Amino acid sequence: MTLATETQTRSRGLAARFFNHRDLSLMQRRARSAWLLVAPALILLFSVAAWPLLRTFYYSLTDASLNAPGEAAFIGLSNYLDMGGDFAFGVLADPLWWRAVTNTLLFSATTVSMELVLGMLVALLLHQKFAGRTILRTAMLIPWAIPTIVSAKMWGWMFHDQYGVVNDLLAKLGFIEEPLAWVAVPELSMWAVIIAEVWKTTPFMALMLLAALQMIPEDLYESARLEGASAWQRFWRITLPLIKPAMIVALIFRTLDALRVFDLIYVLTSNSEATISISGYSRQLLVEYQDMGGGSAASVLVFMLVAGVAVSYLFIGRVKLNETGGHH
Amino acid sequence: MSFTPAPRWHKLLGRTGLYLAAVVVFVVSVFPFYYAFLTSLRSGQDLFTPSYLPEVFDWSNYVSVLSDTGIARSLFNSFAVATLTVGGCLLVSITASFALARIQFRGKGTLLLTILCFSMFPQVAVLSGMFELIRLFGLYDNLGALILSYLTFSLPFTVWVLTTFMRSLPGDLEEAGIMDGASLWVTITRIYAPLLAPAMITTGLLAFIGAWNEFMFALTFVISPENRTVPVAISMLQGASRFELPWANIMASSVLATLPIIVLVLIFQRRIVSGLTSGAVKG
Amino acid sequence: MKPIHLTTAFALAASAALGVGTIQTAQAATLKMECGATGNDRAFCDYVEQRFTEATGHDLEFVELPNSSSEKLGLFQQIFASGQSGVVDVFQADVVWPGILAPHMLDLSDGLGDLEPHFFPGAWQNNVIDGELKAVPGLIDTGLLFYRTDLLDQYNEQPPQTWAEMERIARKIQAAEREAGHDNFWGLVFQGKAYEGLTCNALEWVSSHNGGTLVNADGEITINNAGAAEGLDMAAGWIGDIAPRGVMGYQEEESRAVFQNGDALFMRNWPYAYLLAQDEGSPVKGKVGIVPLPKASGDGQHAAALGGWQWAVSRYTDHPDAAKALVRILADAETQTQRFLMTGVSPARKDVYDDPRILDKAPYMSELLSVFEAAIARPASPTGDNYARVSNAFYNAAFAVLNGEMSGEKAVADLERRLARIKRNAW
Repeated sequence: MTLATETQTRSRGLAARFFNHRDLSLMQRRARSAWLLVAPALILLFSVAAWPLLRTFYYSLTDASLNAPGEAAFIGLSNYLDMGGDFAFGVLADPLWWRAVTNTLLFSATTVSMELVLGMLVALLLHQKFAGRTILRTAMLIPWAIPTIVSAKMWGWMFHDQYGVVNDLLAKLGFIEEPLAWVAVPELSMWAVIIAEVWKTTPFMALMLLAALQMIPEDLYESARLEGASAWQRFWRITLPLIKPAMIVALIFRTLDALRVFDLIYVLTSNSEATISISGYSRQLLVEYQDMGGGSAASVLVFMLVAGVAVSYLFIGRVKLNETGGHH
Repeated sequence: MSFTPAPRWHKLLGRTGLYLAAVVVFVVSVFPFYYAFLTSLRSGQDLFTPSYLPEVFDWSNYVSVLSDTGIARSLFNSFAVATLTVGGCLLVSITASFALARIQFRGKGTLLLTILCFSMFPQVAVLSGMFELIRLFGLYDNLGALILSYLTFSLPFTVWVLTTFMRSLPGDLEEAGIMDGASLWVTITRIYAPLLAPAMITTGLLAFIGAWNEFMFALTFVISPENRTVPVAISMLQGASRFELPWANIMASSVLATLPIIVLVLIFQRRIVSGLTSGAVKG
Repeated sequence: MKPIHLTTAFALAASAALGVGTIQTAQAATLKMECGATGNDRAFCDYVEQRFTEATGHDLEFVELPNSSSEKLGLFQQIFASGQSGVVDVFQADVVWPGILAPHMLDLSDGLGDLEPHFFPGAWQNNVIDGELKAVPGLIDTGLLFYRTDLLDQYNEQPPQTWAEMERIARKIQAAEREAGHDNFWGLVFQGKAYEGLTCNALEWVSSHNGGTLVNADGEITINNAGAAEGLDMAAGWIGDIAPRGVMGYQEEESRAVFQNGDALFMRNWPYAYLLAQDEGSPVKGKVGIVPLPKASGDGQHAAALGGWQWAVSRYTDHPDAAKALVRILADAETQTQRFLMTGVSPARKDVYDDPRILDKAPYMSELLSVFEAAIARPASPTGDNYARVSNAFYNAAFAVLNGEMSGEKAVADLERRLARIKRNAW
């Protein structure tokens, strides 16, 4: 609490100083140096990423085929929606696209919220002092460290109905009598994918939150403890508000990844329509069907969906991107 | 305000709960890896039956992976690519995040959003365009191609995370620096970077693992065995026939691919706990 | 017979190289050929290299590609779309790729077209796209019914000829084995995951009921018929009865695991599983037999889906003639025999199946000859670059029937509409 008031007084003084003439030029100088500081990252990013992205936008408006991208003709928005003819064509008229959207949103909402809760618990655990903390911190990261192409196949075998460890353990613990056909039955296979994903990515969330926890000054807790705040109150009043910015960023990047999930689902359930994701859908058009136009259109739609979700996070989390640190 | 200490048994219960939770987290995290390790020690028919303890220690899968497939070379490549990617990212991100977090200027919000936009496309969509770019730069079949393309997903991540953490640092730091007449660069590297150590290590580790495990770009932009990275090398392991998956070899390589990361985390994880708690700053 | 082939091959290879003129022979070219990185594949590639350098004086280098065929296809598409030469000259294409990759494959009619009579007609015709020969078959695969010889003997049964017979035997032995304490014993395993393998399995069910091949050679959609519906319904009836529900998540290796562990009586799989099931350390070693897949009762027919890999040349190669010479070596009788001896894959040439070296190692090969000859191709050629969409729609429809979501009748009617949508005006 003391820290917050202190910064407040300080920033008020700072704001006052910004209004006199000499400091205005200081502000301009600082803005110029700000752009200089951002420039290397921006230039690097734009020079590598701008072309592929613009190109995807462009191809989404053409009938390009992966076999001969050079011979593309401009066809307007037909890849998105084309009402001409007996059927409506285009990604938005494809029931599979909408199924993929539902699947992806369900998958992302479930995995990200589970990861947030579990990641928070793990982070709080690792924030404690106890023997073996070093080992646990390292062990915790292992799921994130195994390449997805391997861990997905590994889970595939662990979910095997006859010989998989998952069924074996569940049966030994007495939870099931008959082996479950995890990756076979659509109702179960979405859960199989979710379990594998949560296992794999909880470490990401946990580590981000742990870093945020580590940045909270210890004396804040001390004073709260002296004021008689319970553990729950301390968590709710100090920890959560202070790690919120890091938590939202972690949530954004996890959600971005979850919304674009592909390889895990592909390995576990292949091209089953019951679990197809929007990225899987785009890949199917782009690579398997050679339909570069349609695939690009689907990718642009993925982009729009992801961007929409990211912006709503920022809105709901009341994150002010223009905010400047330390001067609240 | 008086602080009533909890009764002894209460504390004991808390400790027990803590260790119980630690054991659960440990088992859940490590079990599949342990299982992979078990599998890597078995062969042929054994693979099809579940087992929880090693019956034999047969290291032949490791020998064959190390001698036949050049996985050692791939490990080195992955290491080089991931290190350079993360190093470059952190270098340009730390200055960018300072500007984005602590300097008031117009267009900042838009800038942050634009940077984020680059990681909103499905990877497969940018693959063709990236391939053209790589060939334009003459980097096909070159590790440089991987470093360059990995920037597209690593850089937005490091910039955003560091900006967030940079913002959470107390405001008086740079006041002190500026009043001392120190340049921005010195302010950033001498005052901020050390304070951000936990965040930088965390971000670096996560980005490193991301680059280490990337598959699609690595498969497409590199063709010769001597430039191959680990995930691609694993995907090329062949069984005796087309459908057969050389499971034991794949598991042995995966264990080998994960070990360097474990070592890295062991080395760096101590630094995650430094930072503000170690008292570098007086508020 | 064999020595003649050998000499003609040499002669033709040499003339191919000479045909380009003295420039090519004067300076040795370096060709890049796809080859597996490990195991027996490497031995075979070394053999090819030796043959190739001896015959042409050119050098051969190997390119390793990913194991999974979808990853491989994705990679080829990127490389070819960029028109880059010098990455790979001679590569192996899956049996359903010629329709997709045709624009990037060199026409081999001129120089290799004369080999046609030596090969299985189905496999050869599959590679002819718009009158151009796009690839030469390297190895052939078809679906087979694997069975446990010991169990059939024990229960006094013969290998089944019809699906009905297979179901009866499977049900009987499954019940008896479970009675005897073998709790997780199943009658049949196959590939039921929603992927290309299910297209092969389902095509066999449909075709054996005279339900056609989805799309006929003229490109007409034929799937909406009673035989097709019957075939799909039959398989749906197996789930939970003689086949585990988990089979809907199985690819080749998952089903082989069950069969090879001794937990299944019948298995539908490709020939590769035979060598592995008979290998040292396999619990069912010496207890495995293979027969053609059963047919439908009445006027049904045996149907086995055609699989396999073809040698193709990239259109962007700098050395088309040397590449053709290499393919000629890869296609000759001696090479295909050697490949079988080294790696166990079935030759795509029908004239090597009486080679004593092959029969010595694998007497069952002579029985496979008739199965290979009658193999049914997936409709990859008539549907061209729409094949992936067609196959995807098909295996998802089959999956829905297996899962009990819809009847075979409804599924084939839906599928017909969906295929019409994909076709729009033309394939």
